[in-house]
Amino acid sequence: MTRTRKPGISRRSTLALMGAGAASFAAPWVARAQAKTIKIGMPTILSGRVAQLGTSSRNAVLLEVEKVNATGGLAGRQIEMVIRDSKGQPQEAARIARELVNTDGCEMLLDGEASSGSFAVHEVARDLGVLCIHTCSEASSLTADPKQHIPNAFRCVRQGIHDSIVGAGYAAGIAKAKGLKKWATCSPDYAYGRDTTGEFVLYLKKFAPDVEVISESWPKLFQPDYTEVVTKILQAKPQALYSCLWGGDLTSYIDQANIYAMFTQMEVFAVNMADYTALTVVKNLPKGIHSGDRYIKTFPATPENAAWGDAYKAKYNEYPTNWSWQNATAVMFLSEAVKKANSTDGKKVAEVLAGLTIKCPFGADGTVTMRADDHTLVGYAIGWGTTIPQEPYVPEVKAGDWKAIFELEAEWKKSKGYT
Amino acid sequence: MDLDALASCLASPACLVTQTTSGLIIGMLLFLVAVGLTLIFGVLKVVNFSHGAFYMFGAYFAMTAYQVTGSFALAILSGAVGTALLGLIFERVFMSRVYGRDVLMQLLVCYAFVLIFDDVVRMIWGPEFKSMGMPAAFQVPPLFIAGGVVPPYYLLLIGVALAAAALLGLGLARSRIGKVIRAAAHNPGMVSALGINTGLIYGGVFALGGMLAGLAGALAAPVRSLTPGMGFSVLIESFIVTVIGGMGSILGALIGALLIGLIRSFGSLGFPLFTEGLMYLFMVIVLVSRPTGLFGKEVA
Repeated sequence: MTRTRKPGISRRSTLALMGAGAASFAAPWVARAQAKTIKIGMPTILSGRVAQLGTSSRNAVLLEVEKVNATGGLAGRQIEMVIRDSKGQPQEAARIARELVNTDGCEMLLDGEASSGSFAVHEVARDLGVLCIHTCSEASSLTADPKQHIPNAFRCVRQGIHDSIVGAGYAAGIAKAKGLKKWATCSPDYAYGRDTTGEFVLYLKKFAPDVEVISESWPKLFQPDYTEVVTKILQAKPQALYSCLWGGDLTSYIDQANIYAMFTQMEVFAVNMADYTALTVVKNLPKGIHSGDRYIKTFPATPENAAWGDAYKAKYNEYPTNWSWQNATAVMFLSEAVKKANSTDGKKVAEVLAGLTIKCPFGADGTVTMRADDHTLVGYAIGWGTTIPQEPYVPEVKAGDWKAIFELEAEWKKSKGYT
Repeated sequence: MDLDALASCLASPACLVTQTTSGLIIGMLLFLVAVGLTLIFGVLKVVNFSHGAFYMFGAYFAMTAYQVTGSFALAILSGAVGTALLGLIFERVFMSRVYGRDVLMQLLVCYAFVLIFDDVVRMIWGPEFKSMGMPAAFQVPPLFIAGGVVPPYYLLLIGVALAAAALLGLGLARSRIGKVIRAAAHNPGMVSALGINTGLIYGGVFALGGMLAGLAGALAAPVRSLTPGMGFSVLIESFIVTVIGGMGSILGALIGALLIGLIRSFGSLGFPLFTEGLMYLFMVIVLVSRPTGLFGKEVA
């Protein structure tokens, strides 16, 4: 007996339609994937003491997106950035990230959050399965810890462990030369501050075993007054101080430490100092602070890097920041990955991103790589130097050696049980 | 917990000088903000939750005046006078309409203005943090007293705050206007019946409270980064000071602020991971043993 098909919609078609409807309701970015414009959501910090960094992230992204759109967009689709202010609050960052995907129809996320918010956005990416590139958080555990790993999330940011290895090597050299045995630390009390300081001290002691940390201070993030911290450090009388305070916190700290003449009493190693956001804001910048490079247009000393810094300044009337180059690089990666995948599908782009090497003005050798095994950025220019109060601010940067970084990072991962 | 560090500090004159000065600086800035808060509460019976915004405006006004004139004295004056005017306008146009209303309504209005003021600052000065920089006169090496480190700028700050406290205390206790303000705090109806314009008194007190917070902001501007929303954390600590000292008590605000300053300063040595908690713990102990605060009965 043959069954004749009744006119209208069959039960199977109805079920299929319902299924598709439910799927698109549950995952709207799938339903909107064929839209001509591709929306990329970006929760970032546009107010509060970190706003300058968030704004510089947005600026850099828009600068790069303009270039991508001018050359045809992502696989022929023009990029539309949807950028929201999380105010630096993790719960708000997570809420916004979810809303950007579910309500605004964003198909990808660029996460312009500090470590305080990036872990929250990471969980949203895990839950929704949407492609996410973290562009600001330097806490090593975000990508190094396998428990955090998800196939759809990447981190296009310098990393605390890399900075610590290079910084500790640089600092150990000075410590040995000048006999700096007693050290103090002063870093913000959250994931990035704790991780990075611990890693710096670990390698400092490895390279200069007779170093001793005699005082630790953990001011809270965005603390307005550091007087008690400054005096505590002075009481301890260390010969050197390490700090990974950053942004407005770092400038406040420097202003307050300055009037205690702290910089004349000890060698100061402030990893986040050499960024225009701090260098240009501090009115009485002390000479001789040791710092890691963040963004300066003279390191790497290449025409491409200088041109990028100048182009940013021409457009926004100020120099970019550390967060700028990281966000710009994320757009460069996306553009290249979509070209290679010939698709804007998040899954396919993620597959291409893992292990992808691109040409980049911020690469140590002119290229950077999104390492396949832990989805993190490697090969970027990294080094340490000493500040002066006017341009170029850090006249000589001693570049880190990526071969040594890889070796020590692998040991560190093993010691943490990550591999 | 590092009780050894605390003990060795207490036994060292150099450490005592440094940490006590540090406590005084934190305390005196807090006092200037808290005393305005407590004064407004004492006279107007309003918990001015927007008070931190005046601290913020004081800092921004001072920075702008310093950039324009290059005069530090004018910067401080602008911070204080500018916020006094702002306070007067704010009180006359908005706050005066919620007197006698439910405390929740007052808090909501104030909180709305916290957000509005932050946005206003963002629109005028931008969202990024700013730094005023230390005036050249104070870019000098710190003093060493008994081996302890004391920056000259902080001596000025402590001096100005103490002078403000003395003037305020004397003014309220001895001057005619001070007596009228105290009378208005106790019995506004009677003061009004005597033909005194209570609206003017309320406006004046609000302006005075705003001016003190603005003065604190202006004094803090050279050493703290300026950002929209910077008043909030100061407001919370000022509330703690006010509650510890007793709502409405000027002496209480002074003692409360100094205690909090010293707790933070010495607590950072002995309890480095519990300095914030120590402050709240102290507040709880005071409130449990004395619910009205240390000087709660003394109403301005």
